[in-house]
Amino acid sequence: MTQVSASKTIWQVIAASSVGTLIEWYDFYIFGSLATVIADQFFPKENPTAALLSTLATFAAGFIVRPFGALVFGRLGDLIGRKYTFLLTLILMGGSTFAIGLVPGYATIGFAAPLLVLLLRLVQGLALGGEYGGAATYVAEHAPVNRRGYYTSWIQTTATLGLFFSLGVILITRHFLAPDLETSIKRFNDWGWRIPFWVSILLVGVSIYIRLRMNESPLFAQLKSEGKVSKNPLKESFGHKANLKMVLLALFGATMGQGVVWYTGQFYAQSFLENVCRINFDQSRTILIWGILFATPFFVVFGGWSDKIGRKWIMLIGMLVAICSYQFIFKQMLTLTQPTGKTELTDHRKFIGEKTELIPKQKTTTDSVHKSIWEVHYSDGAVFHEVKVDSLFKDPARAAVTKQFTYYDEKKVDTWTYRKLIGWVFVLILYVTMVYGPIAAFLVELFPTRIRYTSMSLPYHIGNGVFGGLTPFIATLLTTIHLSDKLSGLWYTIIIGAVCFIIGAIYISNRIDPDVND
Amino acid sequence: MNQVKKWLGIVWILLGPFAILYLIKTAAGEIGKSPDTNTIIQWAVFVIIFLPIAIGMVIFGYYSLKGEYDHLPVNSKEI
Repeated sequence: MTQVSASKTIWQVIAASSVGTLIEWYDFYIFGSLATVIADQFFPKENPTAALLSTLATFAAGFIVRPFGALVFGRLGDLIGRKYTFLLTLILMGGSTFAIGLVPGYATIGFAAPLLVLLLRLVQGLALGGEYGGAATYVAEHAPVNRRGYYTSWIQTTATLGLFFSLGVILITRHFLAPDLETSIKRFNDWGWRIPFWVSILLVGVSIYIRLRMNESPLFAQLKSEGKVSKNPLKESFGHKANLKMVLLALFGATMGQGVVWYTGQFYAQSFLENVCRINFDQSRTILIWGILFATPFFVVFGGWSDKIGRKWIMLIGMLVAICSYQFIFKQMLTLTQPTGKTELTDHRKFIGEKTELIPKQKTTTDSVHKSIWEVHYSDGAVFHEVKVDSLFKDPARAAVTKQFTYYDEKKVDTWTYRKLIGWVFVLILYVTMVYGPIAAFLVELFPTRIRYTSMSLPYHIGNGVFGGLTPFIATLLTTIHLSDKLSGLWYTIIIGAVCFIIGAIYISNRIDPDVND
Repeated sequence: MNQVKKWLGIVWILLGPFAILYLIKTAAGEIGKSPDTNTIIQWAVFVIIFLPIAIGMVIFGYYSLKGEYDHLPVNSKEI
């Protein structure tokens, strides 16, 4: 094969693998990004069984099912080949995503609605568990030795770009369903949320067409022609000490820390901006979109660099810098979004409305909180909602000790603060590019061809699905346990990242495998 | 460095059960504070998911203590 045709082939391989993987991430993220809207449609809070199904849908798909998907499809990939396995995961993901957009709401078909959504979400999780390992293996097995990190890093951009596209499609749909924004958001919440799910089927159709035209990985095809394909990939991967020790090393010395840094940089950052800093829906998402856009090229930079200096220290330095600076960066984001030091334009103050809500989980219906909401304008252009809260207790003894308090919500920050926040999110995602850019090449080089798909998929999906996927939830949970410290959620990432850094630094080799053909 | 790996093996062996005990203790405390179905499910999911991972950590520590990581394979024939 000439150099030009080899180069053309590798770019076709990257395009076919990346587009499909990007679509799978897009499909997976839209469910998470629309969780609140979906919950209203399918999981009514007043019904405890539906709420339970909601919890299962959130947890089961993202955290339990992904490693199972890795086992099921990893095994298939090592038995029948990479190409057809990740084609199958793509069809399952696209089909289930499209189907979620078709399921009638709880109001129409009752319990069948949340059950169907839960089932389809499980299929999504399984498919995602099988996709990444196949795509990374497929590209790595086509890539030349000295460019494996560079070429596989294109696959690494897809997870972030999938989030980028899901946020973009959601924001566009939310804004353009009616001429005025309020009606458009109402329509989006009623039925427009289905559109991002339907979009998936078009993307999947294109990707299937591209992937069908690709050939099987040359290394796997060679193994198959020589009759050397593994008879039992699961047993060979996890039943033999020599390979199991490498699976454990990959998990505890690399993917565990990489997963928490990734999910902190992209998902907890968004949750923190929205729920702790209380920035409004649109700004919190566009800040992330800009951060992703500026940082994404660095996946390729660090992936390519890892071909020259090795994978280990790029990943570990990214992890170390991240865990050392998280407290500082998140504190900066919190400080930037406080009203302290701002000058209010008092003549612009506007009364928005008031509401009385029952105190949550109150057994009796007599105690409630009264909220009055004001729109407050500041001289720098920021606009916050000031919420004054007053508790209304029936019992006079309790009423006597109750304090009123004020908090700020629905913050629209000024342009300069907005840019600074984009800068901090960019730094957080830059850390992600360091730990995540070289990891596909690192994992591929750790395992032999005949059981590569199975062996690399499991540590990847435990690291990312379990340790990473749980990050936003555990971090939020920690902030509800330690109410006085709004940054307490970061301790989960810092501790997991620190343990992973120590293991990685001491146990992992920086050697670049010159031959992945064995 | 190999000696450090072996000594650290003991740390990883202890870390697995310690992490699970800490998780169960925290789960019990939080379920006690808010004993509704969702809280129980969430914490049960945590414990069920992290239990095999903690066992994996103990195995990792055991291999480390036994010197399995003193030499990492340089080609697939060693696996």
